[in-house]
Amino acid sequence: MRYLPHTQEDITEMLKVTGHSSLEDLFSSIPESCRLKGDLDLPDALTEWELNDHMEGLAANMAATKVFIGAGSYRHHIPSALNYLLSRSEFATAYTPYQPEISQGTLQGIYEFQSMITEILGMDVATASHYDCGTALAEAMLIALKKKKKTKKVAVSALVHPHHRQIINTYLSPSGYELIEIPYNPDGTTDLSVLDAMEDVAAVAVQSPNFFGVIEDLTKVRAAADAKKALMVVSFTEALSYGLLKNPGSFGANLVCGEGQSFGISQSFGGPGLGILTGTKKLMRDLPGRLVGRAKDKDGKDGFVLTLSTREQHIRREKASSNICSNNGLNAMAAGMYLAFAGKKGLHELAVLNHDKAVFLKQTLEGAGFTAPFDTPFFNEFVLKAPPGFQARRKQLETEKGILAGLPLECYYPDLKDHYLFCATEVLSRQDIENLAKEVRP
Amino acid sequence: MTTPTATTGLIFNEPLLWEKSRDGRCGLSIPTSDVPSSPLDATLTTGGPNLPQLSEVDVTRHYTRLSQWNFGVDSGMYPLGSCTMKYNPKTNEVQAARPGFTTAHPMAAEQLTQGAMELMYNLEQDLGEITGMDAVTLQPAAGAHGELTGMLVIHAFHAKNGKQRSKIIIPDTAHGTNPASASLCGYESINIKSGENGILTPEAVAAVMDEDTAGIMITNPNTLGLFEENIQEIADIVHAKGGLVYGDGANMNAIMGIVQPGKIGIDVIHLNLHKTFSTPHGGGGPGSGPIGVVSKLAPFLPSPRISKTDKGYSWQFDCPDTIGRMLTFHGHFGILVRAYAYIRTMGKGLKLASQLAVLNANYIKAELRDTLALAYDRPCMHECVFSDKNQQPYHVTTLDMAKRLMDYGFHPPTVYFPLVVQGAIMIEPTETESKETIDEFIQAFKDIAKEAEETPELLQTAPNLPKVKRMDEVAAARKPCLCG
Repeated sequence: MRYLPHTQEDITEMLKVTGHSSLEDLFSSIPESCRLKGDLDLPDALTEWELNDHMEGLAANMAATKVFIGAGSYRHHIPSALNYLLSRSEFATAYTPYQPEISQGTLQGIYEFQSMITEILGMDVATASHYDCGTALAEAMLIALKKKKKTKKVAVSALVHPHHRQIINTYLSPSGYELIEIPYNPDGTTDLSVLDAMEDVAAVAVQSPNFFGVIEDLTKVRAAADAKKALMVVSFTEALSYGLLKNPGSFGANLVCGEGQSFGISQSFGGPGLGILTGTKKLMRDLPGRLVGRAKDKDGKDGFVLTLSTREQHIRREKASSNICSNNGLNAMAAGMYLAFAGKKGLHELAVLNHDKAVFLKQTLEGAGFTAPFDTPFFNEFVLKAPPGFQARRKQLETEKGILAGLPLECYYPDLKDHYLFCATEVLSRQDIENLAKEVRP
Repeated sequence: MTTPTATTGLIFNEPLLWEKSRDGRCGLSIPTSDVPSSPLDATLTTGGPNLPQLSEVDVTRHYTRLSQWNFGVDSGMYPLGSCTMKYNPKTNEVQAARPGFTTAHPMAAEQLTQGAMELMYNLEQDLGEITGMDAVTLQPAAGAHGELTGMLVIHAFHAKNGKQRSKIIIPDTAHGTNPASASLCGYESINIKSGENGILTPEAVAAVMDEDTAGIMITNPNTLGLFEENIQEIADIVHAKGGLVYGDGANMNAIMGIVQPGKIGIDVIHLNLHKTFSTPHGGGGPGSGPIGVVSKLAPFLPSPRISKTDKGYSWQFDCPDTIGRMLTFHGHFGILVRAYAYIRTMGKGLKLASQLAVLNANYIKAELRDTLALAYDRPCMHECVFSDKNQQPYHVTTLDMAKRLMDYGFHPPTVYFPLVVQGAIMIEPTETESKETIDEFIQAFKDIAKEAEETPELLQTAPNLPKVKRMDEVAAARKPCLCG
């Protein structure tokens, strides 16, 4: 086995030193009744070449060609240089940088990531990453509940990604906490007016752009949170939108969490993504997970370390508010690289292009019999009501041509029968969009 | 004294990204627009965040230089106890990078994602066999996330049975995540001490186990690297009172093909694919933390579940007793591909990997026992725990020795953990280190112990070779500067 360097002589010599008669003898402290009789029932080992054939077969059985959906996972171009740099094994095969003297590369890279994220979102502090947007948002709810101890409830917009709301429910329910859903207006924004009649809540959370792609009015969200003396929490699934939109920090958000997959990370069937978790300075010590900070060595030379670790589980144990240790560090590094490649100009131009493509897709589909239920500004996703017969045609396109023509919304929002969520990014050409319109025209 | 493998080389100072920025540079190829411009209302937008502006060359050189300041498994031996820093096979990276996988949309229709679903189904079966568990979920994102998932399953099981419980037993040799995970489920941790030989006794468990206790969280092999040999008796005690046994599988690398935890009384176990199954740690993640459960707990696993029918693979959303969703999509699929590639490459050879991991640890224990103080003199599994007791007379600490190891070209072991051993030095060599490398490591530790007696200042000022000297972590925490 090519990963195991031991020769028979090595094994014999080492067993002599340890005083064991055989490899089996090393396990004599394990009671006989605990030991597996016989071998594991696993397929036979493959050579590297057989593995390639097997995996090529599986990867070939993935049939999507043109994808017109986002909903939390977006296809964007990734620079070749990014994957090349990310695969440097000094980054990829290192552990969490607990020994800063020989981890300065990871530490500076993550510090730069944190810095660029705070700039993009207008927030004071960004953590070194979380698993994904949904889990980061669930953590944000826990922070809010910890800050407002007498309250057991959080108010979350129905236009927060449905899967994220499901995660929040999973995280909160065992402790007796409750998620109250804020319904939406006929224009596809969150109906904050219902908060007036609502009891005390620890957080008011919205997604912007929301699950329908619509840009929320964050000024109103701030006012609603103030009226409830609750934390204002903003999430997002399309990080690229903040290359163009006013950031949540400028509206006074207390916590902002998001999905960073659009920043140079492949979709990879939904994971690993990149959880972004940021807060105001006041909430710095409440944020879960690792933080990189500046430091000096004993000679006064500048460097970086993991810091404020007294918040974390390995020190606080049962008193820690989160149990996170491994995060999505390498993906944070990827996002840092992506933002460095794109820069101020690139990120903005790309965001503008995404919006333009989405508007073109919307108008083109409207020309093919679709109608828009909302007339509110969006970024690169939007909802359309389909003409009769589309459901069957969509299924046909999927199976016959691998085209994903919108995500049906009815399973998440039962009143939105025949409504579909569409997305366009820079990877779709005008031709792709016009072809889709031809395919779906009734 | 032998010649250390570490030496100095030409590395570069490299400023922060924004210190290299020049207005007008861009390192990304922006597609030409082929659609009309449709500007958003100006009240909604800005000119974009003030990010650094760099060319592709600038960025490439920046990260290449940064990488040279890092130590990874590919640089040298990385014997971090409890972290299983084994070699990360390169073919795993090739498999995960196949375009069919990387471009897959998680919400695409089942018939367009059969390849990924088949891989996930196969991996669930393989992990079920390795752990002896009846059902596996791949959704959890990391070990701690798997642990939380497992505790939520236990919580849901008790709720379904009509009476929630309020406590959970956690031995002092547990990972720090265990009590934190239990708290998230509203359970109070009941901490119990392991016996004098580092092994948990059935009596200690029986003394606290009652019908208001949800179960026990136990790491086996434990964090001292010892096999909890009373595990079956302990499980019987917990089960007799209606409790469940949670197994922390972080140390599974010691017992693949030797013990199936599901067959010795453990009801739930999480695995760290980035430890046992060779996926890279990535400087802190992403990892993957699948959990396996016995059949009576399967209905509580996160949804959706994957199933195989004669028509292919499909998602099962109809899971009335599920704890719900733990992650936005189907788990860290890119990591799952790597772990699957590893299992397919190793096959039944996984057992040999565990045997050699245990051999390497026992060999280090035997060779260093006269140099460092052994915490518990018992047969160890895949890691061995020493302390700095022998060096204390020279005012040399575990931290000093750890830092000095860097000058010899080794990543330090895990230090000051487990907490039950004062000044702990926890060494886990893994099976992928050769006898020669391990001999060099042992010699380095012997040389360092000698230095501790003769020239302790060499250790107290270590490390000397890395780009920066010992970092002042205390000052950094006092005045945190977290962005620039």
